[in-house]
Amino acid sequence: MTDDHKKVEKDEISGVDTTGHEWDGLKELNNPLPRWWVWVFVACCVWAAWYWVVYPAWPTLAGATKGSSGYTQYDELKENQAEIIERQKAYLDKFNESSFEEVMKDPELYSFAVAGGSAAFKDNCATCHGTGAEGSKGFPNLNDDDWLWGGKVGDIYQTISYGIRSGHDEARTSQMPSFGKDAILKKEEIDSVVDYVLGLSEGKSNDKMPGYAIFQSNCAACHGEDAKGGRDFGAPNLTDSIWLYGATKEDITSSVYNAHAGVMPAWQSRLGDSTVRQLAIYVHQLGGGEKDVPKAVVETDPVIVETAPKAE
Amino acid sequence: MTTNTIEKPDYNFDIVKLFTLATCFWGVVGMLGGVLIALQLAFPALNFEPYLNFGRLRPLHTSGVVFAFGGNALFATSYYIVQRTCQVRLWCDKLASFTFWGYQSFIVMAALGYVLGVTQGKEYAEPEWYADLWLTVVWVSYLLVFLGTVIKRKEPHLYVANWFFLAFIITVAVLHLGNNLSIPVELFGAKSYSVPAGVQSAMIQWWYGHNAVGFFLTAGFLGMMYYFVPKRAERPVYSYRLSIVHFWSLIFIYIWAGPHHLHYTALPGWAQTLGMTFSIMLWMPSWGGMINGVMTLSGAWHKLRKDPVLQFLIVSLAFYGMSTFEGPLMSIRAVNSLSHYTDWTVGHVHSGALGWVGFITFGCLYYLVPKLWNRSEVYSLKLVSLHLWVATFGIVLYIAAMWVSGIMQGLMWRSYNDMGFLNYSFVETVVAMHPFYIIRSLGGLMYLSGTLIMCYNFYRTIKGDVAAGEVDKDGQPRIAVNTGRTPQFQPAE
Repeated sequence: MTDDHKKVEKDEISGVDTTGHEWDGLKELNNPLPRWWVWVFVACCVWAAWYWVVYPAWPTLAGATKGSSGYTQYDELKENQAEIIERQKAYLDKFNESSFEEVMKDPELYSFAVAGGSAAFKDNCATCHGTGAEGSKGFPNLNDDDWLWGGKVGDIYQTISYGIRSGHDEARTSQMPSFGKDAILKKEEIDSVVDYVLGLSEGKSNDKMPGYAIFQSNCAACHGEDAKGGRDFGAPNLTDSIWLYGATKEDITSSVYNAHAGVMPAWQSRLGDSTVRQLAIYVHQLGGGEKDVPKAVVETDPVIVETAPKAE
Repeated sequence: MTTNTIEKPDYNFDIVKLFTLATCFWGVVGMLGGVLIALQLAFPALNFEPYLNFGRLRPLHTSGVVFAFGGNALFATSYYIVQRTCQVRLWCDKLASFTFWGYQSFIVMAALGYVLGVTQGKEYAEPEWYADLWLTVVWVSYLLVFLGTVIKRKEPHLYVANWFFLAFIITVAVLHLGNNLSIPVELFGAKSYSVPAGVQSAMIQWWYGHNAVGFFLTAGFLGMMYYFVPKRAERPVYSYRLSIVHFWSLIFIYIWAGPHHLHYTALPGWAQTLGMTFSIMLWMPSWGGMINGVMTLSGAWHKLRKDPVLQFLIVSLAFYGMSTFEGPLMSIRAVNSLSHYTDWTVGHVHSGALGWVGFITFGCLYYLVPKLWNRSEVYSLKLVSLHLWVATFGIVLYIAAMWVSGIMQGLMWRSYNDMGFLNYSFVETVVAMHPFYIIRSLGGLMYLSGTLIMCYNFYRTIKGDVAAGEVDKDGQPRIAVNTGRTPQFQPAE
């Protein structure tokens, strides 16, 4: 409005003219755009224009402009992966060609396997077994020397590869009867056998106990006459103080009554053989791995820690 | 045609009062939700299944603070400003009243949906189709009330604040319609399916999501800034030319920036490039508002020393400047590859939300409430100062914790050892972030405490009380409205 120009006034404090407009007492100064603001804005726009030339940017009827650099995020991913693969490659080929025995004799390959196994363990196994492989109720502790299905590196490899009751043809599998639920044993019989089993780890049980006979005729087939477990069936050793499903009388009664059958997935098809082998070595060295290489070799081998099963 | 001398029109301030009270109420609810979910992240035991778990309360918090607290603040201030700067009463009282009850019922509808597990799974657009339709009706009414007022204005020109409000109302309408195109499964069921799918859906979602920030939380709140900063400072706006250039450049460039939320995804590379480069170009247009606000104080810097309300407004502009620099920085592909999916993003959002959106709102409310209830000033400026410091310290704790936690998280994720294996598993990053989650909760709690102080201050202001030692502009003790007595006279220095 031409009227406005008549109302232009000089702001006393800054000495700058107003625009002559006023709203509810608000006026505006007619300051120019700050120079630095304009130049930074222009610089950003120039940079953007340069970026459009170098990188894929504008859609056209025939796809988008490719950019002079030929960049794609897929190439960038490949480059980044190549760098990682390069680091692994120094060991991986040799590792894949070596047997467990050979890996354990070679300090470099051995530490590679442990590093790879550790990374894979934390991302895949720790969910159930814990970040320190300490286990929890229903999920075995992997640091001790108490193995359900075997603690030699080959046994562990087999377990990880195909899982336990995973549905895979090669999976380890077994089923303890539900002695109570299926009315195989009477309530008093379960009570006696639980007392007997509970006493085993405390050294209080003897064959005079009423539970002894029940144990021998119902449990010993899998857990062994001496109750030290049977790895063919994944049957736990009942004479130690390690209890997968709890150590109280209620826990053990529940196990006898209902029976447990834990499930572990098969990892071979998900992680690939190389990673599963690394995992097997990693788990083996956690503390309880058992020897399956000739003794003479082990003794001269600086890498392997003493892994013989300890006395119960 | 200026109307200084003409008798003031009979403004509709009742509707502004309602929205102002709703702003305070939803502010407390939304921030309380924020503190709770921050604590849930630090202490998972605080998840109460199924209604009050993190997944359901998180949208309750974001919608609560953005749409309920921020939205009501925008309604209140836009209705106040458009009347004052057009010198006319708000168009159509009944429709204005409908926008209030309509908007509050939308908020309740949305919130109930979240808690009951009803969501369309789009961030910041979680409400299902029935609530979206209802909001459309309310929003169109808002546009009509605002436009109706603008059309019957008595001022020849449209004040800059109103440009920003109009851009905000129109663009949010377009965004809302675009991102909520969906087909309900049945007429009497809550579930619907999005019309676009896959990467198209993601692109539209972030076109919406980013411009919800751009037009709801930036353009709208710049409208507030353009009125309340010069008003409180009693100075003319620094530069009319800057306001024009940064307005048009801001709204033109902002709308392109969304794809920077989808770097390194299925989104084609060219779209990522455009999103990133437009974000960089957006830096100066964003800063134009900060310059115009801060420079408006030139010649009146001394007022900043004494006036905690002005301090709120200026600190908000500082946070605005910081987060609108950080935003373009994070949109750069290389930076984004570190920051994306980490707490850095959360910290960035909160330096904008707590520092800019929250503080500019508090500053405006501290100006507005005494005006609306005919008081010369709020109950206690000392409490305003306390609010400022408690909240500022809270923000600093919050964003510093999130910077450290986010950058640490990003670095841990990409850390490989020299044999080519990841150094850390995901859960190890979570363990490392735990202390920062506690610090963040503490920051949020402080911010919430500040808001509660403000609500108390408003309660006493509306009641007509004046705190002891409060003086007016001339250094005279202020008189309580309800009793007519001066509380405990203390001579001014």
